[in-house]
Amino acid sequence: MKLSLAEKTTNFSFVLPALFIFSMFWIYPFFYTFILSFQEYDMISPPAFVGLGNFSEVFGDPSWWSALYNGGFITFWALTFQNILAFMLALAVDKVIRMRKFYRVVFFILPILSEVIIGLLMKQLLISNPPGRDVFNEFLKLVGLGPLAHEWLGIDRARLVTALVHCWKGFGWAFVILLAGLQSIPEQLYEAARIDGANAWQQFRKITLPILMPVITLVIVLTILGTMQAFAMILALTGGTAGLTVVPVMKIYNHLRGNQAGLACAEGLMLGIILVAISFTMFFISKKIREKYGVLPR
Amino acid sequence: MKWDKLLRFFLLLVFLVCGCTSKAPQEKKIVIWHWMTDRKDAFGQLASRYENETSLKVEFKLFFPPDLYSQKVIAAARAGNLPDVFGILGEKKTFASFVKAGHIMPLTSYMEKDSGEWKNRFYPQTLDVVIFKNANAYGAEAGIYGVPIDTTVMQFVYNKTLFREAGINPHGYPRTFEDFIKYAQKVKTALGVDGFVCGWGEGWLLNALATEWAINLMGEAKFFQTINGQIPYTDQEWIDVFSFFAQLKKSDILATNIATMTNKEAEDAFAKGKAALSFNGTWAVNVYAQLAPDLEYAFFSLPRVSGTQPMKIWGGAGSSFMVNSHSSRKDEAVKFLNWLTQKPQQEYLIEETSNLPAIRGCEESLPSVLQDLLLNFEMLTHPDTWPRNEDSRVIEVLNRGLQQIIVGLKGPREVAEEVQKTKERISRR
Repeated sequence: MKLSLAEKTTNFSFVLPALFIFSMFWIYPFFYTFILSFQEYDMISPPAFVGLGNFSEVFGDPSWWSALYNGGFITFWALTFQNILAFMLALAVDKVIRMRKFYRVVFFILPILSEVIIGLLMKQLLISNPPGRDVFNEFLKLVGLGPLAHEWLGIDRARLVTALVHCWKGFGWAFVILLAGLQSIPEQLYEAARIDGANAWQQFRKITLPILMPVITLVIVLTILGTMQAFAMILALTGGTAGLTVVPVMKIYNHLRGNQAGLACAEGLMLGIILVAISFTMFFISKKIREKYGVLPR
Repeated sequence: MKWDKLLRFFLLLVFLVCGCTSKAPQEKKIVIWHWMTDRKDAFGQLASRYENETSLKVEFKLFFPPDLYSQKVIAAARAGNLPDVFGILGEKKTFASFVKAGHIMPLTSYMEKDSGEWKNRFYPQTLDVVIFKNANAYGAEAGIYGVPIDTTVMQFVYNKTLFREAGINPHGYPRTFEDFIKYAQKVKTALGVDGFVCGWGEGWLLNALATEWAINLMGEAKFFQTINGQIPYTDQEWIDVFSFFAQLKKSDILATNIATMTNKEAEDAFAKGKAALSFNGTWAVNVYAQLAPDLEYAFFSLPRVSGTQPMKIWGGAGSSFMVNSHSSRKDEAVKFLNWLTQKPQQEYLIEETSNLPAIRGCEESLPSVLQDLLLNFEMLTHPDTWPRNEDSRVIEVLNRGLQQIIVGLKGPREVAEEVQKTKERISRR
């Protein structure tokens, strides 16, 4: 059926508002970021073209690589500790246990809280100064674990504590997604497996894991994207701890605060490219795994 | 279909008519943007007073936190929506960008009228912050571009009560670096409180102290030679400056987590008697008064690290207001700022906010804790008054390096090398 020009115009007019908003707030900022990354721009004077100068500045800046390392460290903990914990809890809640609805709500409270609030709250709990107001250490002393009291946000623990707080705040997302994935697996598959004599481990390995692989990949990709872009909680919790917990977005934020928009855009673009590359790699690996296990039709 | 077309035409007409309607006549008033929460009420009172005197309304609009305020001013400048009067936060480079972009009206002619009556009111060190001299490094046209409304001085401060309780003469503050450590250790040993607290999670506080010690140790000329790239940061005297921070770490007088503390947290700890000494600005008088009205304390000058070179104190730069060059009420705005910097208004601000004034002649109105600071006005220095400032990326590495020394991650030489490498990398661009 061929549409008349008036019909095409009418149809297009329905898409136009969404297209306008998308172009205005996503497409335009992306291209503007791209353009600014080749310019020196203090956000007041006219921008000056500097070619690849900003990128070479970022490449040559050891603190940028250090920030990427810090982001990678937190991401490693989020991928392992946070996601394994989320998976275990999702498995537990998926089974028929008492008060499972309560647990679902409780686990999802943390992700919906503000990152800044979590950061400031944890700082107040973990800070070891002034003496008497170090809540967590006082608690340890109260329960007879005084020797474990420590300067939790000091140099030897700051990075790890930051990673753990991030995991604590973030595992709810992974929990909800994995739980939704688990609940989409037909119960008949497990019944058939049980009739065939498969034990719990075999059911998990041969049914749950392969079917859940796309969901696990999604969780992994979202974890990497979310953690590498983590910022507000870390800023509120440690402020950077002498560079130990400075993450890439904190660098971008600092350069924007210092009116170095070109440099900040170059950093943002580089981080974006790294994350897109990781995401595609993860999806590629996931596809290969699913092909190997025969879950995905060739 | 015909009705449909008519409806569309009608709607288009409505939009066009509404869009072309002239604006409602604006009320005649001066709008001022600022970020100073501590002065909100005082500004409101002064605005009412001015309206009573002149029938001209002045509206102060507060935007907080300062980061948000800065972004708002930049966005407004780009959109051409700046208010009649506003302040600029940040480096002199940012200030210069506003001037070069034509957003700020030069005030030189107003200041120099009547044999410079208005200009001569100010402390020269305070006014310097809003002046661009001939052939300045920022490329801005020479002139006076702002009106300072107060003065800030960074000083050391000590808790007299803790000194007394630790057996130290409460009027005998430490005059040298060695004494400073000795006094702090004595209080810590006797009372179990921290010797020294400061918001060194905020790099600029470290930078201010490092600058003071650097100038005291090597002299202003050599300090500026470093900024100009003629002396490397790996020079022995710079390593010595970084070593002072290593000595502070080693002496065990620093508050736990000092390298991640914000200034607010440090102010809270000092006001509540959790530390004997601190390094803070004159705004702290107001903060301490709110946190602990009975706190017995006094400011004192930088503990010297050398007796040979003159000492400089970080300060002079307070808050300033600028007039929007595109404002339709420029003359009224200038008249108001002139009025705001007259003695009665400055005294009122002192009374309400305990800040050091921008103008001379208000000394008697100052709280006693601030009066001593006036003695050091000749020694004030600030990056905004220097012929050239260090690149912000070098400062970032330097500040982080100092934090790393304080927490024991790196040594002075290692930090010096990193700062120098950054300086060289940026100079090559």
